[in-house]
Amino acid sequence: MIAALIFYMFAGLAVASGVMVISARNPVHSVLFLILCFFNAAGLFLLLGAEFLAMVLVVVYVGAVAVMFLFVVMMLDINFLKLREGVAQYLPTGAVIGLVLLVELAVVFGGWAFAPDVEALLAAPIPPTDQMTNTEALGRLIYTNYVFLFQASGVILLVAMIGAILLTHRTRTGVRKQKIYDQVGRTAANSVEIRKVSTGGGI
Amino acid sequence: MVDMLSGLLPPELWRLIVIVLQIVAIVLPLLLAVAYLTYAERKVIGAIQLRKGPNVVGPFGLLQPLADGAKLFLKETIFPSGANKVVFVIAPMLTFILALIAWAVIPFDEGWVVADINVGVLYLFAISSLGVYGIIMSGWASNSKYAFLGGLRSAAQMVSYEVSMGLVIISVLVTVGSLNLSDIVLKQKETVWFILPHFPMFIIFVVSILAETNRAPFDMAESESELVAGYNVEYSAMTFALFFLGEYANMILMSAMATVLFLGGWLPPMDIAPFNWIPGIIWFVLKICAVLFIFLWVRATFPRYRYDQLMRLGWKIFLPFSLFWVVLTSGVLVAFGWLPGQG
Repeated sequence: MIAALIFYMFAGLAVASGVMVISARNPVHSVLFLILCFFNAAGLFLLLGAEFLAMVLVVVYVGAVAVMFLFVVMMLDINFLKLREGVAQYLPTGAVIGLVLLVELAVVFGGWAFAPDVEALLAAPIPPTDQMTNTEALGRLIYTNYVFLFQASGVILLVAMIGAILLTHRTRTGVRKQKIYDQVGRTAANSVEIRKVSTGGGI
Repeated sequence: MVDMLSGLLPPELWRLIVIVLQIVAIVLPLLLAVAYLTYAERKVIGAIQLRKGPNVVGPFGLLQPLADGAKLFLKETIFPSGANKVVFVIAPMLTFILALIAWAVIPFDEGWVVADINVGVLYLFAISSLGVYGIIMSGWASNSKYAFLGGLRSAAQMVSYEVSMGLVIISVLVTVGSLNLSDIVLKQKETVWFILPHFPMFIIFVVSILAETNRAPFDMAESESELVAGYNVEYSAMTFALFFLGEYANMILMSAMATVLFLGGWLPPMDIAPFNWIPGIIWFVLKICAVLFIFLWVRATFPRYRYDQLMRLGWKIFLPFSLFWVVLTSGVLVAFGWLPGQG
């Protein structure tokens, strides 16, 4: 009973905050509602008994990704009135795209079929939770059966990161950068010169 | 008496009452500790700078924190006219709540923990990574240049240092083979305190928690000389007090985390007669105080870092080194067959 009530609370809040993400006037509020939505999704994971996924969702999405969103949105200088201007003009196009997506989803779900032995396939690699915590179960699965997929996803992220850095990195002229190596490498021999100065003569 | 009471009430209600009492038993001493941490900070820094520190209100100035609290309570809460009111009010509340809820998983002694969950370390890590929201929200909602700059600086800083903190935690977790905080301490009972094998990680962790709690020498978010007070410059009275309490409660929390991960939690230094007469919680509190003293000592000793140097330290020194240490730890564990869960 209580678990069901909590489920409806999390699910309801997740959907409601999801709606607020797209309907909030202020983009910063949108990001904050997105964070609320992530939280409720984490709550749903907890109800499923997937505590590791719940925590990772909070650490990765709320703790890092959403911070970056917030960062960018706060720095943007958006004119909210101007943003609202073309709504009537864009509405038909948006509605058509939405309709196409809906039809596609309907087609996919209409032809959806489960393999007859799906339950056995799903249950096989995961031991019951009283024998092993799901963190350990997940680790054993990822680092054994799916190690290549895991590595491949890591490489994809790395490539994306390198791409982002490459696209935004440019060498600027006229910037004086601190060169730690040069600073530390300086010795008295190559930076100080001792001269004998005659009185009243100067150098 | 307790058995009789628990028989009278329905079991769910009884559990609820017990949990509420546990929460009160943690939060009240914590708030008292926060109050006296501010006093200790002023006394320690006073001593380091050859001053007396607070000594007027009460004997040895012991009532000073209470007087400060009463003063903040009686002041007027001011909302800047351009502020986003809802976010402006939520931000300090968020900071304070996050600083409190993390204590649910801290083991004070063997079995003395409110929620003994499997993923305790991850929970702590998640909560501490959320701390940035209080700061960035307050910085934005204040609608002030100084507050905004402070918020942005702090956000970038906390995200950067979390990465190396995560790797430090991973090298401890690999040694233990569990994410439960009690298991981490019990493993240190079997072997040694992790400060010995993981000493470089302890140093990185301590520096990272200084950055994570925005304390000197990494208090870039509120550097007085350039940003007046940073993200909380527009806050007054109780809204400011909540930030203040949250910051100090976070310091204590991070010290508790360092104690559990590296200093053996509630364990006595040696399991022999005079040491193991003292209850575990006393050792736990003493260790937290030792780490807290480092916080105060550093604040009184070091000048503030420059921002680009702070980022360089986080990304170019701590991150590669802690990554190297994770690989080294795993390598050693595999090579000597010490990997947990294998034997």
